[in-house]
Amino acid sequence: MGIWHSVFGVIGLIVLITVGVSGFGWYSVFAVVIPYAAILFFICGFTYRIVRWASAPVPFSIATVSGQQKSLSWIKASSVDSPSTTLGVIGRLALETLVFRSLVKNEKVELQEPQRLLFKASTLLWLGAMVFHWSFLVIVLRHLRFFLEPVPSAIVTLQRIDSILQGLLPILYMTDLQIVLALTYLLVRRVIYPQIRYISLVSDYFVLLVVAAIAVTGILMRLIYKVDLFQVKSWIMSMLSFHPALPQGVNVLFYIHLCFVSLLLVYFPLSKLMHMPGIFLSPTRNLRNISRNHRTINPWNPAVKVHTYEEYEDEFRNSMKEAGLPVEKG
Amino acid sequence: MAEDVAKSKAFEIDYTPPQKNWMEPAVEFRKGTFCYPAAPKNEKYLDLPYPREWQPTEQDWKLPENWKEILLNGMEDRLNRFRSYRLFLDICVRCGACADKCHFFIGSGDPKNMPVLRTELLRSIYRKYFTLSGKILGELAGARELTEEVVKEWFYYFYQCSECRRCSVFCPYGIDTCEITMMARELLSLLGLNINWILEPAANCYRTGNHLGVPPHAFKSTVDFAVDELKELTGIQVDVPINRKGAEILFITPSADYFASPHWYTFLGYLLLFHEIGLDYTWSTYASEGGNFGLFHSADLAKRLNAKIYSEAKRLGVKWILGGECGHMWRVIHQYMDTFNGPADFLEEPVSPITGTHFEHAKSTSMVHIAEFTADLIKNDKVTLDPSRNGKWKVTFHDSCNISRGMGLLEEPRYILRQVCPEFYEMPENTIRERTFCCGSGSGLGADENMEMRLRGGFPRANAVKYVRDQYGVNLVACICAIDRATLPPLFEYWVPGVEVAGLHELVGNALVVRGEKERTTNLRGEPLTPDEG
Repeated sequence: MGIWHSVFGVIGLIVLITVGVSGFGWYSVFAVVIPYAAILFFICGFTYRIVRWASAPVPFSIATVSGQQKSLSWIKASSVDSPSTTLGVIGRLALETLVFRSLVKNEKVELQEPQRLLFKASTLLWLGAMVFHWSFLVIVLRHLRFFLEPVPSAIVTLQRIDSILQGLLPILYMTDLQIVLALTYLLVRRVIYPQIRYISLVSDYFVLLVVAAIAVTGILMRLIYKVDLFQVKSWIMSMLSFHPALPQGVNVLFYIHLCFVSLLLVYFPLSKLMHMPGIFLSPTRNLRNISRNHRTINPWNPAVKVHTYEEYEDEFRNSMKEAGLPVEKG
Repeated sequence: MAEDVAKSKAFEIDYTPPQKNWMEPAVEFRKGTFCYPAAPKNEKYLDLPYPREWQPTEQDWKLPENWKEILLNGMEDRLNRFRSYRLFLDICVRCGACADKCHFFIGSGDPKNMPVLRTELLRSIYRKYFTLSGKILGELAGARELTEEVVKEWFYYFYQCSECRRCSVFCPYGIDTCEITMMARELLSLLGLNINWILEPAANCYRTGNHLGVPPHAFKSTVDFAVDELKELTGIQVDVPINRKGAEILFITPSADYFASPHWYTFLGYLLLFHEIGLDYTWSTYASEGGNFGLFHSADLAKRLNAKIYSEAKRLGVKWILGGECGHMWRVIHQYMDTFNGPADFLEEPVSPITGTHFEHAKSTSMVHIAEFTADLIKNDKVTLDPSRNGKWKVTFHDSCNISRGMGLLEEPRYILRQVCPEFYEMPENTIRERTFCCGSGSGLGADENMEMRLRGGFPRANAVKYVRDQYGVNLVACICAIDRATLPPLFEYWVPGVEVAGLHELVGNALVVRGEKERTTNLRGEPLTPDEG
């Protein structure tokens, strides 16, 4: 159900952009105003959200411990899953963000009749997520060649590696293929698994389709409806120098590509995409498990009403004395 | 109650989600799947708001007139006080990795028991009232209106989460449903919606010092009873100091240990061990509870109950505190106590008087887990053990949720078990250590009236026990949690009959060779040491 809202939404946007560009010729709106506004919104929104999180304290030390604590000297502690040092926390977060370690642990539970549970390793989601995120990152890095002059050699090398399969297809980047496959998987799993379909919101499909639209238009511009990349670069350089000029030698696909990138930038700080910076602030992952030898301060630690020993003894003094228990007030 | 359920036919578990969109709140308070509301007297005793008689099954919950305002203000207040709340409400991508990690989902098939959807019940309200996209796009952005039906849904599902944190291990961002459940329960409590199985123990603990409401003189007689029983079983007369000023160590354990079964034998184990090593220690009647049902209600109530531990340690002038076998107690001790009621600058870094070991990892809270303490004793050869006295048991170990995921105490109990039991077998690795499954009754859900949900929630745990029972003939599950000891027996009776439950120190007490003891012919339960050959 939710998926159709998203599909129609994306198609509607494509039509809108096509009409806007081809019909009305609103080039400067789509190539100058919207990108500038989107970037500004992204920077402000992204910062605002992080400041918002950071301004709320972490009152308690709530690490999710996933390994042996550091206790007795002869018991080997798990330095990453139960980090007792900052280095351990860095390691934990690095593994979490670079190889999605928690997702690797994923397992599927199946109910076998009569009433027997089977646990199976389930790494497909991990694989899909890894392929998607890493491809996305490489693609973003590759695009830096449009923004930097001279193009750093690292980016040139990355681009060369990514296009190592060029013998098979003209100028096919591996990551282009991968991201389309990964997006297809991520979308399909939301549709075919009943539980995942049940929890999926319109926005979950929408964001996948937006990224897919960006990827597909990018690939089409690369392979079939080519645009003049030198012109694109000079347009970007003009934007970067705040003397915007309109891009030359481009087609409507370019505008669609650009608009969806702008949309993604605007959507980012408003949505779950904030999981990207969020993971670094996640208190269950970024705290050390040393709460018994290092006191965590709660800035709002409230004064609470307690039942004091004196009140307790006042109530029970007689029976305590009868039972031979020591009391404070004879 | 367990027998009633056991006699009826086996539960059906259906994983097909309903046709209806989850955003339309719908909840049916079916007998056996929810806990009774708190008695007003307990709420009054703890000064909690809006005490009243009400029933979940009735249409009118008698909410205060401005309930919506109270809830939304309560949410805003907590969003500003806890980074975890705002962050966890913001960053979930609904990947679904957590779905089949929850024992309540596995056992019930109810999609609202998937951690992701449990949180969405609250998140959808957060979106509607606290986010720009939710305010503008409404349902398209996953936002929904706060209605009384939503509140009812919260009450049902946030008292169907045992705060075990298993989902948090598998979540790629570490989103911890326990944090969300804690927030939801605090919010419900603002409207006077509490359950009695939490508030009665909490009120008892506030007044008498322990959940079971044992007054000091009754505590003394229960100790005397244990002393007599040990004399009979071992021929040893143990000395049990109570409220003794100037002792080196204060010992605190959940009250079930000295009042319930099979906890009782663990209690005997403690007493025997402390006698044998000549520990300079004391019990306290004022701080006669290690557990903290306040944690299942609100951070404030947890703090109020926890305050007794340090305050009593100070009054008695001890050097450090030793803590008994309990799950959520150790979540509080390890992750909250120092923050709540510290700094404990009147205490010292714990040092074992027997081995001289410095428990450096506990130098700020000055509180050591008894498994750490005993493992150190055994490692240093300070006690003589005869594992054959546990020869009738084939043992497996159930990691308690809070001890594993809230603390990381995994190897100490295993080391002890291997030293005191001749046969020890692990359950499948998907179900132990940080991946352990809850007993199904944690976080105050162990009420009898909630039995169907408890048996469903405990199904994955029981299933793993069944595996080792069938594979290796395991007949005893050792655990270090008082709630486990209370709730695993009916669970196993239903799912995996023939498996018993014991605390770690019951097994230590069995194996412990005490100087001057008579020849032991029975274990601490008074049962013959070897199995009946017949």
